[in-house]
Amino acid sequence: MSIEVRNITKTFGRFTALCDVSLSVPSGQLVALLGPSGSGKTTLLRVIAGLEHPDGGSGSVLFHEQDVAGQHARDRHVGFVFQHYALFKHMTVFDNIAFGLTVRPRHRRPGRDEIRRKVQDLLRLIQLENLANRYPSQLSGGQRQRVALARALAVEPKVLLLDEPFGALDARVRQELRRWLRRLHDEIHVTSLFVTHDQEEALEVADRVVVMNAGRIEQVGTPDEVFHQPATEFVLNFLGHVNVFRGRVQQDRVVFGSLAVDAPGAAAAEGGEAKLFVRPHELDILVHPGRFDCLPARVTRIQSAGPFVKLELLTEDGQPVHVELSHDRSNRLGLHENDTVYVRPRQSRVYLGQYSI
Amino acid sequence: MAGTIAFRTGSASSGAAGRPAITEPAPVRWALIGVSLSFLGLFLLIPLAGVFVEAFRKGAGAFFAALRDPAALAAVKLTLLVAAIAVPVNCVFGLAASWAIAKFNFVGKNLLITLIDLPFAVSPVISGLIYILVYGLHGWLGPFLSAHDIEIIFAVPGIVLATLFVTFPFVAREVIPLMQVQGNDDEEAAITLGAGGLQTFFRVTLPNVKWAVLYGVILCNARAMGEFGAVSVVSGHIRGKTSTMPLHVEILYNEYNFVAAFAVASLLALLALATLALKSFVEWRSRRPFAEAPDAAVLEDLSHEH
Repeated sequence: MSIEVRNITKTFGRFTALCDVSLSVPSGQLVALLGPSGSGKTTLLRVIAGLEHPDGGSGSVLFHEQDVAGQHARDRHVGFVFQHYALFKHMTVFDNIAFGLTVRPRHRRPGRDEIRRKVQDLLRLIQLENLANRYPSQLSGGQRQRVALARALAVEPKVLLLDEPFGALDARVRQELRRWLRRLHDEIHVTSLFVTHDQEEALEVADRVVVMNAGRIEQVGTPDEVFHQPATEFVLNFLGHVNVFRGRVQQDRVVFGSLAVDAPGAAAAEGGEAKLFVRPHELDILVHPGRFDCLPARVTRIQSAGPFVKLELLTEDGQPVHVELSHDRSNRLGLHENDTVYVRPRQSRVYLGQYSI
Repeated sequence: MAGTIAFRTGSASSGAAGRPAITEPAPVRWALIGVSLSFLGLFLLIPLAGVFVEAFRKGAGAFFAALRDPAALAAVKLTLLVAAIAVPVNCVFGLAASWAIAKFNFVGKNLLITLIDLPFAVSPVISGLIYILVYGLHGWLGPFLSAHDIEIIFAVPGIVLATLFVTFPFVAREVIPLMQVQGNDDEEAAITLGAGGLQTFFRVTLPNVKWAVLYGVILCNARAMGEFGAVSVVSGHIRGKTSTMPLHVEILYNEYNFVAAFAVASLLALLALATLALKSFVEWRSRRPFAEAPDAAVLEDLSHEH
């Protein structure tokens, strides 16, 4: 079931959490709402769930082309998973999962056996079959979050909304659980929207990523698109580390010290400021400058523990530059601290004021 | 250096069962414990024991005779009646106020929080006098009340009102902080699962705060039965009619009827002991620890699937 949000604005006092936001999530996809804290991603999720009302008269929320703005949260049939699980402490795992079924009005409530069967199925799905009689406090964080997910799925929601579902877990469990969520989604295909501030999580798990900043959507795209073709400076910055070089436009090129990058069409901004963005893995290191355009720099630190070798360099004008090389490449170069090397971008993005090339 | 570290970790693990690494020397500890215990004994235990000694000074017969006295029985009944009204009313008020304060924002919220504490800040005698000022014969509503033949001051309603005022904060004070800590997540989860307002309250909110409510109720009950000041002002001390147990004790004492006075007082003392026992039980029950499963468990059972 698709979700569509049209022109939603939400303010809390003087703070604008959402500013005229529109978004559409196609049926069956797993979509990440990614952004820093305060960017409005959780508010958007809560507006969709009906836990928060958008500002008077602004916009609408549609499930499967049907306007649900007038519906109470309990009638929207969304599954909502909270960052801190929000499991009912005084109920067993079984009763927690069955809750949504047992609170139904009598004529729509399934029979006891049916509820039992359904809860057992869900317990199998979350791989906690033998913990049905435990209380939430007797479970680990990861187990609790899976119970919360099963509880949300028990009512067969039209859409599943997850608010920082792995935010309270430690790094290893988090990674394990997000892969599990991806596999689960491939199995059950319920349209899902999850909030995260962790770009790695969003890129790894989601079909599509919605990058938010300051109450607005900056970009919507596949993980590849937002990572490789960031629409704005913010998206580029937010999705991983990036080196920024400041320079000026000269004719058809943008010049950054001894480095110049072709920028067709930049001439119109002759003499204007330009910024060059290069991710650490898009920089190459040369021992000799050769005939390429490159920036001389001094190696200040080599960190080779990890999948990549991370280099910290300092350019002549004192700007730090971060570079990631493969171990192979690094070994071939045979670098040491305090060596002078030449940095060359293999790929880069130039931003002239607001326009990107 | 390495030796020092090894020595330290060694002593820490061997001392794990004993006292923590940082503490006062033994004489200081014993002095502090001694002062506290002798203070308790002198000012609490001896007087408490004194109540029972005095009550049984002329034997068990005199003790039970004093309790069977119609005026004493009336005082016990009145006290029970007052508590039976004050406790449920404050329970409902306390839950309503806590819910309002913890779950929504509204104009006057801070004023409400301050007002809940008012009975703690005001001397009980003053609160009694306020009721006389409002409902008394010469008070603001006095002419209206006497015209309609409604008795409040020097009658049971006045005693109930004064007790309500004094016990007002007990339940709310216990429940508000807990509800504030718990936040709205559980209720929101219940609502998104389709639960109605009453279902959410009775199946999620109330169970979450039930021990705090019970704790508040116990304290509220103890205070309702033991209140003297405010009740003394509005009751008029009509023997067998508007005397609660504490007031009856005072009347008997003023008549030099020490055995009877202490016999009734011993009932109040027993109430206090029962309250303490219940309170400890509730504290223990509400904090009963559960074994926390390590987060590694989740990795194990997820990896079974590969």
